[in-house]
Amino acid sequence: MSLMKHSKMKYSKPIVGALAALALAVGAASALAADKVKVGFVYVGPIGDHGWSYQHHEGLKALKAKFGDKIETTHVEKVSEGPDAERVIQQLAAKGHKIIFTTSFGYMNPTLKVAKRFPKVMFEHSTGFKRAKNVSTYNIRFYEGRYVAGIIAGKMTKSNTIGYIASFPIPEVVMGINAAYLGAKSVNPNVKFKVIWVSTWFDPGKEADAAKALTDQGADVLFQHTDSPAAMKLAEQKGKFAIGQASNMGAFGPKAQLTALVNNWGPYYIKRVQAVMDGTWKSGDTWGGIDSGMLKFAAWNKAIPADVVKLAEAARDQISSGKLHPFTGPMKKQDGTMFLKAGEKISDRALSGMNFYVEGLDGKLSK
Amino acid sequence: MDLTVSIILGIIIAATPLVFAAIGELTVEKSGVLNLGVEGMMIVGAIAGFAGTIESGSFTAGIIAAIIAGAMMGLLFAFLTQTLLANQVATGLALTMFGLGIAALWGQGYSGKSLPTFPKFAVPGLSDLPIIGPILFGQDALVYLSIALVLGVSWFFARTRNGLVVRAIGENHEAANAIGYGVVRYRYLALMFSGGCSGLGGAYLSIVQTPLWVENMTAGRGWIALALVVFAAWRPMRVLLGAYLFGGITILQLHSQGLGVDIEPQILSMLPYLATIIVLVIISRDKVKAKLNAPACLGQTFYAAS
Amino acid sequence: MLKLELRKEPSKLMLYATPFIALGLTILAGLLLFALMGKEPVRAITTIFFEPLTSLYSVSELMVKSTPLILIGIGLALGFRAGVWNIGAEGQFAIGAICGSAGALYFYQVESIWVLPLMCLAGAAGGMAWAAIPAFLKTRLNTNEILVSLMLVYVAVLLLGVLVHGPMRDPDGLNFPESRLFHDAAILPILIEGTRAHAGFIVALIIVALAWFVLDRHILGFQIKVAGQAPHAARFAGFSDKRIVWLCFMISGALAGLAGVFEAAGPVGQLVPALPVGYGFTAIIVAFLGRLHPVGVLLGGLLLALTYIGGESAQISMSLPSATTSVFQGMLLFFLLAADVFVNYRLKWTGRAAKTSAALRQAAE
Repeated sequence: MSLMKHSKMKYSKPIVGALAALALAVGAASALAADKVKVGFVYVGPIGDHGWSYQHHEGLKALKAKFGDKIETTHVEKVSEGPDAERVIQQLAAKGHKIIFTTSFGYMNPTLKVAKRFPKVMFEHSTGFKRAKNVSTYNIRFYEGRYVAGIIAGKMTKSNTIGYIASFPIPEVVMGINAAYLGAKSVNPNVKFKVIWVSTWFDPGKEADAAKALTDQGADVLFQHTDSPAAMKLAEQKGKFAIGQASNMGAFGPKAQLTALVNNWGPYYIKRVQAVMDGTWKSGDTWGGIDSGMLKFAAWNKAIPADVVKLAEAARDQISSGKLHPFTGPMKKQDGTMFLKAGEKISDRALSGMNFYVEGLDGKLSK
Repeated sequence: MDLTVSIILGIIIAATPLVFAAIGELTVEKSGVLNLGVEGMMIVGAIAGFAGTIESGSFTAGIIAAIIAGAMMGLLFAFLTQTLLANQVATGLALTMFGLGIAALWGQGYSGKSLPTFPKFAVPGLSDLPIIGPILFGQDALVYLSIALVLGVSWFFARTRNGLVVRAIGENHEAANAIGYGVVRYRYLALMFSGGCSGLGGAYLSIVQTPLWVENMTAGRGWIALALVVFAAWRPMRVLLGAYLFGGITILQLHSQGLGVDIEPQILSMLPYLATIIVLVIISRDKVKAKLNAPACLGQTFYAAS
Repeated sequence: MLKLELRKEPSKLMLYATPFIALGLTILAGLLLFALMGKEPVRAITTIFFEPLTSLYSVSELMVKSTPLILIGIGLALGFRAGVWNIGAEGQFAIGAICGSAGALYFYQVESIWVLPLMCLAGAAGGMAWAAIPAFLKTRLNTNEILVSLMLVYVAVLLLGVLVHGPMRDPDGLNFPESRLFHDAAILPILIEGTRAHAGFIVALIIVALAWFVLDRHILGFQIKVAGQAPHAARFAGFSDKRIVWLCFMISGALAGLAGVFEAAGPVGQLVPALPVGYGFTAIIVAFLGRLHPVGVLLGGLLLALTYIGGESAQISMSLPSATTSVFQGMLLFFLLAADVFVNYRLKWTGRAAKTSAALRQAAE
């Protein structure tokens, strides 16, 4: 009897102690979890697309690097812009995410619908134009980068033919073509653009086919507004130049890549999550250009002569300081009608709904 | 003239993955099996070829890896449909889901990697001939292989005893079994052959045409290959015609945009599909001939009672 | 050697037991897969299979996700029974969505209870019209329906793109490619307050019951079955195979078109280019998972919807990559399809099977 009692005494203490410690630990952990800001991301493509979604995921990584244990991130990839989007956003909101980034245009209405149901959750929708009290929008002024890249392309082309692989005729893509053309034209009055629409955002085979068609037709610098690095790779093989899209594609075209327009979402994500932590988050619209650090250029290709680098850097710095706007009048549409008077800068609203080519571009744009 | 040659070269590149996948599927369908999993076998071949080449540093090794990986997918399908008698249509679709997933998992570490240019196999002397030189004698080895495969399959079905047996099995598996031919064994082999071909088609995309690896990069080509078998009315040589027609119109519509044709691009993108339908309508008007070619047992489950 | 032996008649027990056997095997294989991936295996399985059933919202989403799968699956199942291969339901779905949405946009801000029925009719008619192309080419020009219906999927999706980039674009939408949000009168009634579960699910259930009745009790169902199992007998009995082809395409086209309208007027509330997400293809699996029986299709549709939603949950709560979910889904389907064999066959130990078949061959030669 006594022995048993003794042994009981002996063992019960540590067990109770352990239980108590465990309870403490659990309590602390849940307290910690409560302090952690949960951040959700919704991607339209797979992270492995090496383009649009990949760069958003790089932004998520920057966020993690900055805040470490203070945040918890969740991402859902390959969420179609159809009926599934709303459910995924809803689930993220319901699972205690404080701030949710929905990173594709088609998530606009689903984001707004969920936001209405979760007034305490903050939403950030990329590339859209509808906002609410708890829904912000954000985007990058890609056209600024395209203008600068256009200058380089206009100077580097020997055939005076620049190829452009486009996806769908949405304003974002149209303004990109216009900006690149205006940049090239500003340094090379003889430059011609050949645009091929592939009617897809992502089909590496078709993108490579289109890139080949463009080089076959004499283009020696390629732009692209599709997601995969296939065009860059083809330019490398053919000994032509190309401008990288969304991410630094230098690995695919070490000789071909003149520069790349890198979507750098990290700074914005850090700023917004910080605002959530500080309790200063407010709905707004951010359209970050070169000055915001959201649009970066990959290192200039060594093949670019110093004077061209100078030209490009001057344009970059002037755009950054606000001295230069790629869309400054007098400027005519392709059909000859004036849309900007001399000295007039285009409004952001007109720019974000742009559905026409500027004067000098060939080919018809569907309306 | 140079542009014409380049266009033709572009067409051949665009069509070759389709030729590989379609000639494999044709063989399987001739044996009476319908495998809708071509897309899944292609994407697994694409990553196997790419990863194999990167890891070994040799294109040959990569291509062999793609063939093996594709054949393993074919084997899996064979086991499910021939041994376990699962429904072929549904199993094929499941194979596509499975393949896309496996390939994505496998390829996680490879999406930023890059391959050197796949060498052309220029026939000395002949490849310098004007026009026909680069088209006929300046292709890469896989293009020649794809054409050789089509010729080989054509010869196999027309001239060899085994070819006749496969056709007999596709026409009437019960009778073929009664005579003593191993229906299941032949179908296993056909499915593995087809898997290997699809794997090659995927690898062509990932190591020659683009050459890179990204998830979902086959982008529906497996489905086109399936349609091409029907288009070909199960005749091997017509697979070539179909693939080059489809690839040709794809490339031509891209070129026409560059040359300034004013048609809505999304309507131009419909052309390859519409043209395939229209040409098929024209060539299949002859009712009797078209019926003779479709294997009578296509898609039916076979069970040997004995 | 183990061999499958044909049962004299299908096993009633196995008919109901095989799905559970398959599920059990999938769970075992899944545990292995997730363990290999370095994720908590048990949690992954419970997240995928059970978490979606634990809240009202996710159950309502199960209805949303399964509605198009069931609707399309029923139509396809009828066709597959008759040996009519409509592989292009995805295209009929897209055209249905376009036509139904056209109704919603044309009658924008018209407050009438007739708007919705009209949209549904337009959508079903659109799906039928698109399905009529392969049916016509098949019956009149002898063109293979697999190719035509499949190719028309791509055409339909591109057409949807053209329309939302152009005539059907939201006039106030800054030229972005989507229609305006439908007016309330053009939105399907919601079944459960605060969710997206819509009346389309009820319609799907009614269609299941109808299809069951037709197949079991109606002469039409008999004709469809005979046409599939014994085409020669069907012709002999005077059923026109052309009529069967038309009928199957019209039914499956109408149901796919209806599913398209329901997606636009239900969970999405507008016409968007990404509306077709592959339901037309997934429904083919659903049809066969359900052994081409309407009730089976209902269960198959619910099960697949469950794995999709569970897969999303697993991404959210366990950061499982979406590729893992599709591998898991593929495995589940493999097991389900393979397990079906035991309904009609039993495993039997045969001693010298190889020898007998060799003897048979000798005798034949």
